[in-house]
Amino acid sequence: MIINHPILGPRDAQEFVYLGDASLMNRPDTMTAGIEAFHDWLYTRDNPAGLHRELWYHEQGDRSWLVVTRNTLTHEITQVELARDVALALRRSK
Amino acid sequence: MAEHGLHAVTALGGAAPRMAEIGPISITERFDVALGSVATRRGRAADVVRGASDAGLPLPPPGKAEFGGQWSAFWVAPEMWFVEAPFASHEDIAAHLRTIFGDAASVTEQTDAWVRFDLSAPDLHPLFARLCNVDLPVAPVGFATRTVIDHLGCYLIKRAADQVTLYGPRSSAQSLWHAIDVAARSVI
Repeated sequence: MIINHPILGPRDAQEFVYLGDASLMNRPDTMTAGIEAFHDWLYTRDNPAGLHRELWYHEQGDRSWLVVTRNTLTHEITQVELARDVALALRRSK
Repeated sequence: MAEHGLHAVTALGGAAPRMAEIGPISITERFDVALGSVATRRGRAADVVRGASDAGLPLPPPGKAEFGGQWSAFWVAPEMWFVEAPFASHEDIAAHLRTIFGDAASVTEQTDAWVRFDLSAPDLHPLFARLCNVDLPVAPVGFATRTVIDHLGCYLIKRAADQVTLYGPRSSAQSLWHAIDVAARSVI
């Protein structure tokens, strides 16, 4: 599998580490959001058969975190973004 | 200073750097280069660029290395570089870099974290085809990347068509040498 790194171009997936659902980036504030919201963030995951947004870490590369949109049925990767850009956009939209 | 009986050894443990000629391939351990890292602090990119330009220190774009007279550098991560300078004049490279960048960048000493091997041969491609996943023939001169050689995370810099520098973890210097040695013997 090849991940098309936004900065470095196509790189072998072996250089990356998979770090789970990209929704992990949206950790609720435990002081205000309540225990249920935090429980959901920590334990409940969607398991979609289709497009899935997930975090990958370029460990044997430039050490960047990426948000990869991958089709879990075909392994086709349709979008790769720097997690930093995604996080900054999320913060701006709040 | 107090007298002591200690003397410096290279990453491979010798009193002098190791060299090998395997067919047309020459492998040289280098211990005469100091290495440091520079990472831009948030919002200080312009100050880092100004400091580097005043000092004649290159800050290459992603995937690249640039070689200067005193300072050379290669890109390692967004807004972060590894910087090389002669060990004889820049043994305390971090102090030199802090003078250049002040509080605009975070600087760390890297010299003794890495072992550096310089490889040269008229054709290095068969060797690197066996060592790592970098497509050396299509990589331009000045290409720099992190890659994996025998499970060791290494930096690879293409200095010239027939010259490649590897930086590998110093504590695995012998293992990296072994990996290069075995691959070199298999391609001659």
